[in-house]
Amino acid sequence: MIYNIYRDHARFRNIIKGKIKQDLKKYVTHSEMIGKKGKDMVSIPVPQIEIPKFKFGDKSQGGVGSGEGKAGDPVGKGDQEQPGEGEAGNQEGQHDLEIELTLQELAQILGDELELPKIEPKGRKNLRSKTEKYTGIASQGPSSLRHFKRSFKEALKRQIASGTYDPSNPIVVPIKKDMRYRSWKTDVQNENSAVIIYMMDVSGSMGDEQKEIVRTEAFWIDTWLRSQYKEIETRFIIHDATAREVDEETFYKTRESGGTLISSAYKLCDKIIDTDYAPSEWNIYPFHFSDGDNWSGEDTRLCMEILEQSMLPKSNVFCYGQVESRYGSGQFYRDLSDHFGKENDDVILSKVENKEGILQSIKDFLGKGK
Amino acid sequence: MSQKELTPELSQAHQDVKKVAEGFGLDFFETIFELVDSNQINSLAAFGGFPVRYPHWRFGMEYDQLSKGYTWGLQKIYEMVINTDPSYAYLVSSNALVDQKMVMAHVYGHVDFFKNNIWFSKTDRKMLDTMANNAVRIRAYMDRYGQEVVESFIDRCLSIENLIDAFLPFQEAKKMGDKQEQAPSIEVGKIKTDRPYMDRYLNPPEFMEEQKKKMADEGKKSKRNPGEPEKDVLLFLLKNAKLEDWELDVLGIVRDEAYYYVPQMQTKIMNEGWASYWHSTIMTTKILKDSEILDYACNHAGTMQMSPGQINPYKIGLELFRDIEDRWNRGAFGKEFEECDDMVKKAKWDTKLGKGREKIFEVRRVCNDITFIDEYFTQEFCDRLKLYTYEFNKRTNQYEIVDRDFRKVREKLLAMLTNFGQPFIFVKDANFENRGELLLWHKHQGFDLDLKYAKEVLSNMSAIWKRPVSIETEVEGQKKIWTIQGHEFIERGATAAPT
Repeated sequence: MIYNIYRDHARFRNIIKGKIKQDLKKYVTHSEMIGKKGKDMVSIPVPQIEIPKFKFGDKSQGGVGSGEGKAGDPVGKGDQEQPGEGEAGNQEGQHDLEIELTLQELAQILGDELELPKIEPKGRKNLRSKTEKYTGIASQGPSSLRHFKRSFKEALKRQIASGTYDPSNPIVVPIKKDMRYRSWKTDVQNENSAVIIYMMDVSGSMGDEQKEIVRTEAFWIDTWLRSQYKEIETRFIIHDATAREVDEETFYKTRESGGTLISSAYKLCDKIIDTDYAPSEWNIYPFHFSDGDNWSGEDTRLCMEILEQSMLPKSNVFCYGQVESRYGSGQFYRDLSDHFGKENDDVILSKVENKEGILQSIKDFLGKGK
Repeated sequence: MSQKELTPELSQAHQDVKKVAEGFGLDFFETIFELVDSNQINSLAAFGGFPVRYPHWRFGMEYDQLSKGYTWGLQKIYEMVINTDPSYAYLVSSNALVDQKMVMAHVYGHVDFFKNNIWFSKTDRKMLDTMANNAVRIRAYMDRYGQEVVESFIDRCLSIENLIDAFLPFQEAKKMGDKQEQAPSIEVGKIKTDRPYMDRYLNPPEFMEEQKKKMADEGKKSKRNPGEPEKDVLLFLLKNAKLEDWELDVLGIVRDEAYYYVPQMQTKIMNEGWASYWHSTIMTTKILKDSEILDYACNHAGTMQMSPGQINPYKIGLELFRDIEDRWNRGAFGKEFEECDDMVKKAKWDTKLGKGREKIFEVRRVCNDITFIDEYFTQEFCDRLKLYTYEFNKRTNQYEIVDRDFRKVREKLLAMLTNFGQPFIFVKDANFENRGELLLWHKHQGFDLDLKYAKEVLSNMSAIWKRPVSIETEVEGQKKIWTIQGHEFIERGATAAPT
């Protein structure tokens, strides 16, 4: 009877999701959230939704308490919740609701809001993903998995066969041999596989703010692509004048101070693709984030060559995100757009001026459904 | 999925507790205990205790918070009981037996209170059915007009659900005004008779028509609607707002349900105090086994805990009932006692009157929280519970203890209880500025409105009234009128206010 609460709960969650969608920009730039990423859930603080009623706005209303202390002593801490109607309503987010969403739901909201098209994967479905389901039956197992009905049936069958079953006194006594247990079956499905290769310029001109932007943007790109592919791999490359592969944590935290040779990253990326990801079997997404400063025109030409001749044919799409920085000239963006043109389907360029620009940039990258 | 029957062990405990409660003279409705799991109790609590409510997201939000609080171990609901006849109470299956017994004893205290306290005398004791019927009707509207449409209308109604008159059920003349109040206005021209069968002859239809017309004309002439500021804003809207039939019905449902919960808000301290008094009395004198004492004491202490800056209605209520019982047992009241200046003598005062029990039964019948505190809150009680008033100090930006004088504490408590600590709002004029706009009036009693919230509420009301809605209030000592017009919240000069 009382179980229709789930309907109201689902309705509430829909309203909340609507709120998140409305304020997506705020949440997209909310980098704390990314830190809260669990296995496949994120917890998002959403301001309490409430039904407005007439109430007093004056804090001076005070109240009654009990305990030791003399006049003038503070009552608990300032941030402690106070009784009565004395709380001011002008501080939004005083009681935030923590809403848990799966990454899948989050991606859905992102996709809806940015009107992202579904990605059409290329390549064969050759990744075998296994799921284990308890749909099987075994004659041995732990008693917590005992299948009562099947065990009973076995016992009944045995008793009828051996003539010990008496319909007028239908007592069925199972013996050990009759016991049946639930057991798993492995389900194999073929999936498309994808890899994202993040490259970031960590030369001296990329400051903390720039890295924060890259980090946030990478989180959302990850979230979206994960919703599109069942299995996804990520690789991280950082570069200044030389490039090296690192783990995720190092990727965001490293700060070097050398010069910048972008070609070094592209070379390494190309090598990784060649070694581990055959283009016929993988959907490959190289993302490069930089402030747009390259050491020399010579190196830029080399970059174009690597891209055009080697990387582009292998990748679904190559994405270059230029993060605005105080020191960067932004030349590389112009070089790329001169070389490949702004409307190239295989090379997507995007400028991220500040945190606010992240959402648009994500749309640039993912809006083509590649 | 339904609730489970009590286990034999619990049934036995139930019978024992019931017998003891009856032995103490508690007088309750038949009480049905149901065994539910923690998830079910959270759902029930989200629905305000009722198994069937109309669909609305706020129940889902409530549930979300309760179940998270439970999962994270922050809170746990022990008991819940609904004021109906018979009463339904829920036991959480994961609780230990001693807890269940305590809950049962506590519940019998509540049910006795529901049945005998005068402020509950007008409540709908078939609310379980009423709520379920309301749910059916609202579902039908949702099927017909769409969930979004109906739900957002409910949101608006809920935004003003507290604008009702807690004392209306006790005013015979105005009672259930919407139906009966209109009737007399039509019947004014009637020739009165105490023989109903004569009515048709004394007041033929033609005559009635004529009289009605006369009334209507006169009605037009009368200057203001309402004549007096109306506290039951919902009732006023039901009678005057231009709403669809289904909207009127929904508004009526929200109003009825709001009225149902009024006595529980009026007697929070007493009700919990009374129930705690009885669980404590029943458990410690008759029910507890030696082995259970520690668990019981631990649990009881947890319920009675006071945190700084907050008062616990269970604790205040229980202590005040005990205090009254003690005083009436000793005869420590009345002129002679009051006028005694010797504190030692007062403390030892004992006339062997022995009327404590009798007195608290009387108090539970006639009082509500306000009269309870006003009558029985004494200096000694205030000192013993170490109560103080606190206020917000703007200079230090924190709440600070202000006073321990029992008169000040009592005054503050009463102020917090008056109108449930909410502003007094009335409808003042339905034809404000002669433009069919609605004017509300905030009866200012020292505290300003939160204007941000007021704006939202007015905007909801204006969607119901379908014309701009204004409120007359005071902001920092200045008379102000604020109006919601479309999406704008405009301040007007108070001079425009009709006096």
